[in-house]
Amino acid sequence: VPELGRAALVVCLGLCAYAAAAGALAAYRRRRRLAVSAQNALVGAFGAAAVAAGVLLVGLIRHDFSLTYVAQHTSRKLPTLYTISAFWGGQEGSLLLWLFVLSGYAALAVLLDRHAGRELLAWVVPVLGFVGSFFALLLVAVASPFATQAAPADGAGLNPSLQNPYMVAHPPMLYLGYVGLTVPFAFAMGALLAGRTDERWIVSTRRWTLLAWGFLGVGQLLGAHWAYVEVGWGGYYAWDPVENAALMPWLAATAFLHSVMVQEKKGMLKVWNMLLVIMAFGLSLFGTFLTRSGVINSIHSFTESSIGPWFLGFICLVVAASLTLLFVRLPLLRSKTRLESLVSREATFLYNNLLLVALTLTILWGVTYPMLKEALTGEGVTVGRPWYDFFLRAFGLPLLLLMGIGPLIAWRRASTRSLVRTLAWPTATAVVCGALLIAAGAGSSWPGLVAYTFSAFVLASILLEFARGTTARRALSGSSWPVAFGELVARNRRRYGGYVVHAAVLLLAVGIAGSSAYQTVRDATLRPGQSARVADYRLVYTGVTQRQAANHTEARALVDVYRGGAFLGTMRPGKNSYPAEQQISNEMAIRTDWLRAEDLDVISEDIAPNGTVHFRFLKKPLVNLIWLAGIVFVGGSLIALWPDAREERRLATRYGPAQAPARA
Amino acid sequence: VTLALVLGALLAVACVVFVARPFLREPSAREDVVLEPNARRLERAEERDRSLAALKELEFDHRTGKVSDEDYRELVGPLRRRAAALLEETRASEPA
Repeated sequence: VPELGRAALVVCLGLCAYAAAAGALAAYRRRRRLAVSAQNALVGAFGAAAVAAGVLLVGLIRHDFSLTYVAQHTSRKLPTLYTISAFWGGQEGSLLLWLFVLSGYAALAVLLDRHAGRELLAWVVPVLGFVGSFFALLLVAVASPFATQAAPADGAGLNPSLQNPYMVAHPPMLYLGYVGLTVPFAFAMGALLAGRTDERWIVSTRRWTLLAWGFLGVGQLLGAHWAYVEVGWGGYYAWDPVENAALMPWLAATAFLHSVMVQEKKGMLKVWNMLLVIMAFGLSLFGTFLTRSGVINSIHSFTESSIGPWFLGFICLVVAASLTLLFVRLPLLRSKTRLESLVSREATFLYNNLLLVALTLTILWGVTYPMLKEALTGEGVTVGRPWYDFFLRAFGLPLLLLMGIGPLIAWRRASTRSLVRTLAWPTATAVVCGALLIAAGAGSSWPGLVAYTFSAFVLASILLEFARGTTARRALSGSSWPVAFGELVARNRRRYGGYVVHAAVLLLAVGIAGSSAYQTVRDATLRPGQSARVADYRLVYTGVTQRQAANHTEARALVDVYRGGAFLGTMRPGKNSYPAEQQISNEMAIRTDWLRAEDLDVISEDIAPNGTVHFRFLKKPLVNLIWLAGIVFVGGSLIALWPDAREERRLATRYGPAQAPARA
Repeated sequence: VTLALVLGALLAVACVVFVARPFLREPSAREDVVLEPNARRLERAEERDRSLAALKELEFDHRTGKVSDEDYRELVGPLRRRAAALLEETRASEPA
């Protein structure tokens, strides 16, 4: 049924193009029925994209190798779960996922954001339609997932590193994040096009940004865990361009989620917020371009790629058009208020934003410099870990500290006396923690020591915020401590959800510092019966076993683990050989000790035919805090995202009478 | 003509009908206009809410010790006066 898939994509393209053109005309001429018709086109586009996605999914599950995409990315022996995840294992499927998610978001935005104001929504629809048209056009004319061929007996299979449960969830999560940033962009552009720079676009935008940002964050952590357990090099983040592609829009969105509060509370930073939304969306497009155009491998593969030049052209068009529009509307975006003091909550948000944007631009330069250099001189260069690590410390550590200072400073201005009083406990906690860490030998790594000390400061400040808030709430309502605590969080979900997310970042910082600054690494080539020592572990290599699985052969080195003479278990690092894909994957063995909060990792780098194995052993303290951070992050994001009936009523009061009546 | 193409055509027809629905439901609408909100009233309502929120925030910051008594006394008066003025202004501008 590839014809149905192709037809659905053509229908989707037609609907998106109609939404863009008719939507723009309706908004310009203020035609209500045409505007609603354009909104319906976006909902219809989602239906058409869902049909196309369903056709590809059926083709994958039925092993329809007459579809070139299915033959290139699956095989008969590929387990069903990975056959389904092959949907996003290749370029055409990924683009279809982009379109499917985008049209879903667009339909939801149209249905849920009617309160934003009809004349604003009327301008949001053509922007969403325009972006949708680009992706639908790519799928119809340039990179169709429904290209057909004479069906071979079997397919080429899926890249072994993608045959991992994390790869089932990681790409869709990232796409939900990348694509989700289109909606805030559309609202920002809609507000500029409509010439309406009141806060209605901000109300809609921050919710969609929070959602997309949450998905992007979870997607990155899933990707990091996949890299840790599957890629088999003992790390979880390599500053790879593909990883950076997701980090950059996330950092820009993080900056926006902070600065948007300054606009809401003080009516300031309007231009800056617009710039951040454009930046986040532009970087999400750039991220997709990086991962899909082949430009990372070489500038030549980019020019040979079918979609690379299209993507680059679209990114340039989007950035140029949105910046021009912003420039034209600058007079509408002037703030009436000014920063009252450099020591205030809004000032700390500003510092936080400057650091986040500086970090984003540094990473962007690290990613683009090798491409520019190769394009201009033909020379290949790489920007390695030292560059990124330096700037992560330079910008990341002050950011960590600000995370603790910001919540403790009042809006408008803070006097020295109240500042000293409010910062006293967190500072004392940090100093004591730092002294204890130095006494415990943590001074061997100064970035690690600083990260831990700052983390102690932030943790104390978060706990203090919850404690003081609960006390104040209890004094007001006279309720019990747990009830007062619940009321405190429920009455200001964004603030306290944000603090929970700060706690997640804290866990992440401690996990990263512990597992990188204080890890132990040991390489050893062992014959059966020989052993090696890693910190307080003794590891005895006993031999190699082999097993035939559904679509691959497993070779495993058996390593017995001892500590203090006690046998702890057997670890099985090894390699998988995939005949259909003609690839070999490295399978790391991980032993987690929750009580000691550390992982012992064993990698068999090379297994010789005579049974000799070259091993890499790693002891990684606190690495599991990184994954725990993911759970806390989801919790905090959900608290912040949870609908607040009080706020809904307030917005209804604010915009209800101000809105002129309009009919659907 | 294959079944897939027939299904594709049906999908296209269904989408066209759905897109044309506003015109089919109201073939001759009397008010076919996206009405603009009153920008001045919107601005006042936002200013009023911002001012009330700032007052609430100041009270909370004072209660949690982030704002000293002296700062509180200095800041609360102007904020209260501004909030009251904006409340009065928005009430006066609302239709009876």
